[in-house]
Amino acid sequence: MTAAAPAAGRMSGRGSAAASAARALRRDSWTVALIVLLVALLILTKFISPRYGASDLGFLAIGALPVALAAVGQAIAVISGGIDLSIGSVMALTSVTAASLMRNGTEESAVVVVIGVLLMGSVVGTVNGILIVWSRVPDIIVTLAMSFVWAGAALLVMGTPGGAAADWLKDLISGSIGSEWLPKALVVLAVMVGLVWLPLRRSRLGLSIYAVGSDRLAAYRSGVDVSRTKVAAYAFTGLFAAMGGLALTMSTGIGSPVPGPYLLLSVATIVLGGVSLAGGRGGMVGPIVAVFILALVRTDLTFMGVDPNFTTVIQGAIMVIVVMVGAFLTLRRRQA
Amino acid sequence: MTSAEGTAGRDPSPWLSPAAWRTGLRDRPLVPLILLLFGLVVALQLVQPGIINQGWLSSTIRFAVPLAILAAAQTLAMLTGGIDLSVAIVASATAYVLATVAPQQGPAVAILVALAVAGLAGLVNGIGVGVFRVHPLIMTLGMSLVVLGLLTVYQRIVVASGNNVPDEIAWLGGGTSLGFFPNSLLLFVPLAALVLLGLRRSGFGRLLYAVGDNEIAARLSGVRVWQVLVVLYVIAGLLAGIAGMIYAGLTNTASAGLVDRFLLPSVAAAVIGGTSIFGGRGGYSGSIVGALILTVLTTLLSVLQMPEPVRQILFGAIILAVAAAYTRLTEQS
Repeated sequence: MTAAAPAAGRMSGRGSAAASAARALRRDSWTVALIVLLVALLILTKFISPRYGASDLGFLAIGALPVALAAVGQAIAVISGGIDLSIGSVMALTSVTAASLMRNGTEESAVVVVIGVLLMGSVVGTVNGILIVWSRVPDIIVTLAMSFVWAGAALLVMGTPGGAAADWLKDLISGSIGSEWLPKALVVLAVMVGLVWLPLRRSRLGLSIYAVGSDRLAAYRSGVDVSRTKVAAYAFTGLFAAMGGLALTMSTGIGSPVPGPYLLLSVATIVLGGVSLAGGRGGMVGPIVAVFILALVRTDLTFMGVDPNFTTVIQGAIMVIVVMVGAFLTLRRRQA
Repeated sequence: MTSAEGTAGRDPSPWLSPAAWRTGLRDRPLVPLILLLFGLVVALQLVQPGIINQGWLSSTIRFAVPLAILAAAQTLAMLTGGIDLSVAIVASATAYVLATVAPQQGPAVAILVALAVAGLAGLVNGIGVGVFRVHPLIMTLGMSLVVLGLLTVYQRIVVASGNNVPDEIAWLGGGTSLGFFPNSLLLFVPLAALVLLGLRRSGFGRLLYAVGDNEIAARLSGVRVWQVLVVLYVIAGLLAGIAGMIYAGLTNTASAGLVDRFLLPSVAAAVIGGTSIFGGRGGYSGSIVGALILTVLTTLLSVLQMPEPVRQILFGAIILAVAAAYTRLTEQS
């Protein structure tokens, strides 16, 4: 939602405004379809449960915040041509670190904690990236092995769920701001993605990330420092994983050393969101919309009284079917 | 059976130069792996003198066998450039179905029903990957969510009828004959021989390598890639199911989370064993040694009495170190 404008206006300037809008619509047709689906789901939700209101929307946004941040982090790694299987562990690590540091701290010291944890995430991501570049082992293997390491580190920080979160941090994402229909968590998400991803995407580094993911060799021959780009991409993945970990601590008030389902969810939502697992293609609007779609489907199924376990079945099926349809449409377009 | 492959093949001249060394290692990648395995065993003996005995060997094999079978499923999928992230949940589901059907229907029917479940999950994976061209990572990830959900619903339905691992399966998975010979080897040796021979000698084995090496070239040469992929994922599902039953026998329990923690080790065993995640390169013998290495490593870390977090960290670090060393040793320069 928030990043729609720059994504659409990326290459405008040629032709009339209407033509460029049509072009953008065609190029981002997948994202547009997702947004339409999200709106349809919101209407459906209101239809199923007429009392669905602003506060429910707030809870939806709080629940979706860690997943959305994980998805953005995962998307950066995947766009650069890799994948980060350690993202769940890194979120657990940063979450317990934040929670344990804030246990006995003051409200003011929490600012330092937040900055420290974000730095920690970037460092962890950088370590992942350096190991990938140095060892020449495929990304998926390195991050798989590192997922053990970071999960172990999380257990070292805190063996059982516990700790605390500063009150202002908890207030930061609960409730709404301005209109009661605008949850604070959504604003936080927009600000975090807007402050980091948008400048990154427009920078030289961002272009390099897309280039390396699209074709490593071509990027190398065009003078892109492939190794440095990969390390930087993983550093940003780590940064967003740390934001996701912080969001977990903010929404639950504690930290848990056991990695949640965020690895699966992040991979699932970016694929739904139109990021190609082959690398080099995709944006952030699609994945974030996909996060909300999956969260809303879960809400709707609960409202309809479906067994929560069956909800898992439906989520898995949706993921597979949507990707199948996407692949089918791509094939048709190529043949046409 | 694991070292048979290391000594077969062309005669090398490894003493000539570092390059010849490197070529030698590339031709028989099992040698450094077996050396590593022996190194770990020696380390284990040094840490706790006297631990290496018949009983230790027997229990190591019993724990390595199901991991090696899971790694077989993973190896086959990886040879085509895919991956099967649903092996763990399919294995758990198979074990659970087996344990819930067996009390009423008897073990034979239960085994057939359980394997049918595993094969069906594999078939759906195969159709998704082969026919609808869904990325294997997504397909098997989605499938594991579907199976997990169905299994939890099924658990609710059969909660009253009880669950019990049949004695026959407990005998096969956890039992020993003559006091030390693990019964699971009776199943594993023929199975491993089948996979090894199938990959080396059968047309289907060659098709797996061909598809993984260059799918487009394979298709242009007249290979029906989708059929290969469908059969592959059905086989992977069945292998996962067999591994799940062995685990159930080994632990004498069946639950939805039974095999969860072996998903990543199954990938790790194949990778340590030298199978490329991009497809087309590798084989099953390495994965067997990989499964043994991971099992001995787990024992070593627990004998060292390290706290669980440190154990996890070392486990990850060592997997990465082995993979990195291996890549550097065998990489074409």
